[in-house]
Amino acid sequence: MSIEPQPAFKKLESSLRLKQLMASHFYELDEAARRGSHKIAWCSSVGPAELLRSLGFLVYFPENHAALLGATRKATDYIPAANAIGYSPEICSYLTSDIGACIMGETPLSRAYPGITRVPPPDVLVYNTNQCRAVKDWFQWYSRKFRVPCLGVQSFRQMDEVTTLHVAAISTQLQQLIPPLQEISGTRFDIDRLRETIELSRQCSELWGQVLETAAHRPSPLTFFDGTIHMGPAVIARGTQSAVDYYIFLLAELRQRIEAGVAAVNHENCRIYWEGMPIWGKLRELAALFLRLKTCVVASTYCNSWIFSDLDPRDPFESMARAYTELFITRADACKERYIKQMVEFYRIDGILFHEAKTCPDNSNSLYGMPQRLYQQLGIPTVVIHGDLNDLRLFSEEQAVTRLEAFIEQVQG
Amino acid sequence: MSELYLGIDLGASATKAVLLDSRRQIVARTVVATGLDFTRVGQEVLEAVLRQAGADMEHIRCAVATGYGRKNVHFPCLSKTEISCHGRGAYHYFPEAITVVDIGGQDTKIIRLGPDGRLLDFQMNRKCAAGTGAFLEEMARRLDLSLSELEQLAGQSQQDVKLGSYCTVFTFTEILALSRRGIAVPDLVKAIFNAIVQRVTELGVLSGKIVATGGVVAYNPTVANLLANRIGVDPLIPPEPQLIGALGAALFAFEEAEHA
Repeated sequence: MSIEPQPAFKKLESSLRLKQLMASHFYELDEAARRGSHKIAWCSSVGPAELLRSLGFLVYFPENHAALLGATRKATDYIPAANAIGYSPEICSYLTSDIGACIMGETPLSRAYPGITRVPPPDVLVYNTNQCRAVKDWFQWYSRKFRVPCLGVQSFRQMDEVTTLHVAAISTQLQQLIPPLQEISGTRFDIDRLRETIELSRQCSELWGQVLETAAHRPSPLTFFDGTIHMGPAVIARGTQSAVDYYIFLLAELRQRIEAGVAAVNHENCRIYWEGMPIWGKLRELAALFLRLKTCVVASTYCNSWIFSDLDPRDPFESMARAYTELFITRADACKERYIKQMVEFYRIDGILFHEAKTCPDNSNSLYGMPQRLYQQLGIPTVVIHGDLNDLRLFSEEQAVTRLEAFIEQVQG
Repeated sequence: MSELYLGIDLGASATKAVLLDSRRQIVARTVVATGLDFTRVGQEVLEAVLRQAGADMEHIRCAVATGYGRKNVHFPCLSKTEISCHGRGAYHYFPEAITVVDIGGQDTKIIRLGPDGRLLDFQMNRKCAAGTGAFLEEMARRLDLSLSELEQLAGQSQQDVKLGSYCTVFTFTEILALSRRGIAVPDLVKAIFNAIVQRVTELGVLSGKIVATGGVVAYNPTVANLLANRIGVDPLIPPEPQLIGALGAALFAFEEAEHA
């Protein structure tokens, strides 16, 4: 009888480069805000960032900031401030924590990046409701606060197939953004510049997809928890050369790991798919738990959601419309189930974990019986853990750990 | 003295320990209130079962801890979840395809096992104490009754009363309202037990052979009776249902040592 010590995390060498990329992103925004050198657009995470960049905006992503609030475990401090002005504790905790932080005049950026004292104020806010309706409400609050325009794209939901009619409608909405954005930016729209940006976004997306696909190797060179950190450039810097360069570097490191037989999880004997949002404030604890259980969470819907295979510079608006409409989150359950089945097969998954995030029903696919259906259809175990993306008051770690350990005991027979 | 196999179930309310001999017979068992110090109570039950068996630590060939405090024991011990341990313990008495309903202090679980005892799937209560022993304890405290008095009173109930609240706090508010309307205490108590059964049946589909385990079933057989009424099948009750998790842990300890 012996008790094994907690295995150590294997940090990717690319992490240093990632830190540099993130730092230069935020310092560039801070500098622009202070000097007024560039207009700043706030964009939802799967919003039309390429269009904004092509018009010369620097782009800031509130969802990325909200994830930082979660990861630094500050979100729960800020949520009550938003609740107090009428934003329910039942709605998106990205929204409530981010607005709460703004009300309290705090940001984790100031701790991470000395000299930065505030988030860069927007000249315009641009959303796409493909993620959820909350982004619109969230951005409209900032629009009222900063007295700047809030523009957006209204996406379709619950689609089994994305048709040409869907794509045409979104494409039209994207093109309708051009006149007001031109006026705010003071830059004339240039289709060639948009094509260049889309090409960089396409490359970023393709490389990010290849990074994630390295996890198909057994043992996997990376985990879902690595993915949640290293997806940063795909979110905040897609459409830039720096994101492309970063993923070339990361991909090379992961391929080296595969060649050298380096596993992200030593003695990997169980491979799990993570469906749903990360629990940002518990990434480290959960990563440590799976490491101890010799289990690798190899793939996730969440990290895959920033692969936009349809982007095509030859057809900028149609391809943006398709790429941002064919997201997992906008689709009907039948389509989501087909997708997860493909992932299970490709990554040779032993079990599926559903994170039911209390304040994010759009990203919680356990609410309408999907885990049970997939268990029946695929014959591999599924488990649901109850928690939240940012509000740690909604997560019982003891219960979740017991549930996950029992799940792995079940998977391993 | 033959080699011994220890199972400890450090639950949220009670800590249980079982010691098996090399023929997998129970030679010692104990149940104590957990309190706040899992390490201390783990040591306490260890010493209690060793004393009962007239053995000492060196006779223990393998030990497995389960329950919420399973990581807090300070003697050499493997750990296994209470899901697997309750399943294993129940299968020991009913070696066939079964569905185990375990109503513990903080968790209620439905555990489905195949004919070979393999864990097929499980459900647990959400982050909510409704339907657990903690709910029952809270209701007893608010009514100023002991758990055994609850059991007695439920037997005197003359009518079925339904409680609609999901939340433990609001359930008591509802009880106060019913009491003001003249509903007798025995009927309220039975309604509390029925609320537990309701929460259990909401967790998952109960079919086939059902085995009921856990402290609530051990001290409040009314729950098992009400469950039988609800699902139309008499649940099987193993001997000493509160010890089933600890027994399962001890059986895993035995099997671990056999395979070592």
